[in-house]
Parts: sequence; structure tokens; C-alpha cells
Amino acid sequence: MSWEPRPVPEPNPETERYWAAAASGELLVRECLGCGLVYHYPRALCPDCFSEDVEWREASGRGEVYSYSTARTMSGWPEEDLPLVLAYVELDDGPRMMTTIDAKPEDVEIGTRVDVRFVDTDASDVAIPVFIPVDD
Amino acid sequence: MAITEPVYVAGAFEHPTREAPDKSTMQLHAEVAKGALDDADLKKNDVDGYFTAGIPEYESGLSPLIMADYLGLDPSYADTTDFGGSSYVSHVGHAASAIRDGRCDVALVTLAGRPRSRGQATGSGARDIRTVQDSFERVYGATNVGMYGMAAQRHMHEHGTTGEQLAEIRVAASHHAQYNEHAMYREPVSVEDVVESRVVADPLHLLDCCVISDGGGALIIVSKDIRSELDRECVEVLGFGEAIGHHDAGRIDLTRTAAEQSGSRAFEEAGLGPERVDYASIYDSFTITVLEAIEDLGFCKKGDGGSFVEGETLRAPDGELPFNTDGGGLCSNHPANRGGMTKVIEAVRQLRNEANPEVQVDADVALAHGTGGSIGTRHGAATVVLGREDR
Ligand SMILES: [Zn+2]
Repeated sequence: MSWEPRPVPEPNPETERYWAAAASGELLVRECLGCGLVYHYPRALCPDCFSEDVEWREASGRGEVYSYSTARTMSGWPEEDLPLVLAYVELDDGPRMMTTIDAKPEDVEIGTRVDVRFVDTDASDVAIPVFIPVDD
Repeated sequence: MAITEPVYVAGAFEHPTREAPDKSTMQLHAEVAKGALDDADLKKNDVDGYFTAGIPEYESGLSPLIMADYLGLDPSYADTTDFGGSSYVSHVGHAASAIRDGRCDVALVTLAGRPRSRGQATGSGARDIRTVQDSFERVYGATNVGMYGMAAQRHMHEHGTTGEQLAEIRVAASHHAQYNEHAMYREPVSVEDVVESRVVADPLHLLDCCVISDGGGALIIVSKDIRSELDRECVEVLGFGEAIGHHDAGRIDLTRTAAEQSGSRAFEEAGLGPERVDYASIYDSFTITVLEAIEDLGFCKKGDGGSFVEGETLRAPDGELPFNTDGGGLCSNHPANRGGMTKVIEAVRQLRNEANPEVQVDADVALAHGTGGSIGTRHGAATVVLGREDR
């Protein structure tokens, strides 16, 4: 299964490592060595303190659903990818990231524990992190 | 934030159209400019300040140039701030500042748009990846309604808010819209009608969402000197505040909006608090947008919005907080998806006793609040407090 025809990211020099890591099965977050902030989405300068001393860190990939909304129809969205469960997942590493939950809507609640999975795109160096419910 | 000089809204005009397939968007800008100038009894050549969020569909980024050219304006001051829906509330504050700074004396603010004629689908949005953030949001199918749906879901989770309580907001708006001959939907609806309408993005139903309409509006904001030359009843700009809320590096709180900051800034400048507000225009892209703003502006405690809006609270003329007496974006009009303009216009009408008679409030102080962009990612908040001159 490929991500397309859903829209695909456009990597830039600040984010290409994130997408390439996803293509090799790793979810990355940014960690500021100046102030300790762990943040998402990736930026070269820390958005709290503007330090340039920031590192990539592999996230555990685990987290819980902070919120979600299910769309059963959506103009322009591939029929086979509906219903769409749009969500914010709060990673165990800290930040809340927008994503989708690859599950039946009735299996998703706020607080549901989730784990990351990656969906390939037509580009070998870009994959999309999504989440599935897990027991833990 | 000391205010040195009073500034006035001297003219306000809302275009009666809700569907304009046979007009250009620029023509609508010109028609509303003319309407507001006529309302203020001022001439086009009096205008020396110009404010607009431009024409979103052009994406040219040169709004002040194309608009001044088309309208034949020669402003000494121009501002094309675009925060989305809150833009035109911000323009009131920006114009007041420019006037107090002596940059202009007669500020024209124009809005127009034709999303209905251009065929914009409900809750949809371009899937194009343009900004850095788009790669982390739009790829997942993040629509406006989906993001506001997530906000509603979280608010329900934390505070026990119900779909029936959100529906009360639409019910009150529809009650007001029945008296507005220009409103897109004039039929009063019940709580059941709302919660039984189609789910668009769980937990939001079709009737939790605003209309998509063509149209426009304009304001004339003037200095004290100009005001003294006018016979028409004017409305004083008492206070203004704006703020931006965003993803905050991953700490986004979907239950709170930047109305907390914009509201407290506006109230501080006005030297009064929410208890003094007799009428409120509150941005209503979705019912949840209203609910969170009511809490964040301080009309009730955070989390109590659901019980606050139950019953007749929002109904004019006798409710505790009469709101959106034109029917708002939910029922009347949401031109260019930038409804801050109509929020200000209805607040001005209320203070000039020009609201529809059935919903006219005995109001000395009114508030207009805009929420632009998405509370699910990043949004602008702008609040203006307006008052009668004889208050
Ligand atoms: Zn830092």
C-alpha cells in the first residue's frame, strides 16, 4: 500500500532527515540542548529559545490519543482511505503531533494508547508516520 | 496602552447579496466601500487610510496595490493584515492606532469574497502543500472542520460539554436569523435538528458549521476631528486587543484560544470588563468556536460554556448575553470566510439601534470578537469593545 493519491510532504533542508528516518522506520523529534525542549515539527532553531544547538532524537513511537475527529466523507479524499480518523497524538516523548489513526473509528477514544507505523510513499526517502491502537 | 484620542466608527455597510455569480470580487469591494461612505456621509476623496485582507483567491500578495489601483484610492496609510476570519476585527484596531498616530483621518476597511459562486465545498480546503506546516498537517487530511472537530471532542472530554449544548448556539443564531431578510438560512431550528443533522467531522454536525456565502462589508473609521464634522450617530472604539495562538512546538491546548489574551487586552484598554457588555458578536465558524470564545473572553468560567449557553442565554433581546443578532456566520453570512467584518457591523448596528427590531438590544457597550485560521493548529484572535457616545 502506498500513501498516494493522498497529498505527500515536501521535504526541505530542515525536515528531510525526519522524512528519511520515517522511511527507515524511525520517528524523530527535535531536542534543544539549550533549554531542554523536545519539539515537533522539526525546526533548525529551537522555537522556545532560538538555540541552534538542537539534536535529533528517536522517539519511542508510543503515545496516546489527545483528540480525534472522524470524517466519513471528504471531498477529494480517496474513498479507500475513509473513514478518516484525524488525530493529535501526545507522544510519550512530549509533543502533540497531528496524524491519523489507522483503525476503525469505534476503536479510538481520547486516551487510547497508540504506536507508530510508517506508510511508504512513491519517494524512497519519504514515509508517513501514522498510529495504531495497542494494548499497554 | 494609553488611549490618547477617541476614534469612531462612522460608517458601516453589509452587502445584501449572499450569492453573486455575476459580479467580480473587486466589484463587491467597490460596492461596499460606496455603501459605507454613504452611510458615514463622507466622500471617496476623504479616504486617506485603507485596510483590507485582500482577495484570498488571487494569492497575489500585492493586495494594497491591486486594491488601491482598482478602487482609485490614494492612501497615506495601508494595511493588508490577513489573520483569516479575525482580520477585519484587527483592522478596526489597526485603523484606530493609525488614526491616533496621525497617519490618516478617514480609514476605509473593505471585505468581499465569492466562495459560494466559486464552488468551495463545505469544510474542504486546498490540499496543496505550500507552507512547512502543510507537510505535517494537510498530508493527513486536516480540514478546518476536522480540526474544529478535534477541539470539540477534547472540550467534551475535559469539561463534559455535550452536542446538545453546542446545538444551543445554532438554535439562538437561527432564532435571530428569522428576522434578517438577507440571511441565508432564516428557518429557526431546534436542538434536535442540529444533533440529527449529518455528522461532518465527529462530533460536529452540518448545522454546527457556518454558511458558505458570497458577499462583503465595509467600515469607515474616523478621527475625532472628522467625527465633529459629521451629523450621523457614531460609535466609539473603546478598546482593542489581538493575539495569535498556535501549535506551540507540540503543546497545543485545543480547549483554549487566544481570545484569553485578545479579550483581556481589549477590556483593559476599554477600562471595563465582560460584565459591562450588553451585546456580543462572537465569531461562529463552528459552534465550538463560539463556546470556547465565550469562556476565554470571560463571560463564564473555562469549562462552563456548555451550561452557560443552555436555555435563552444567547437570545436577544432579553438573554444574559445576546449574541449574533443578524444570524451570524452560522445562518446569515460568512463572506470570504472572513466573518470578522460582519461581527463588527452587527455590533455597530446594535449600538446605533439599527438592528432588526425584534432583536434590538438596549446596548451601551458591545463587543465584537474574531477567530481566524484554525484553533486546531494556529489562529488569530481579535477583540474590539465599542460603545455608544452617550453611554
Ligand atoms: Zn531551546
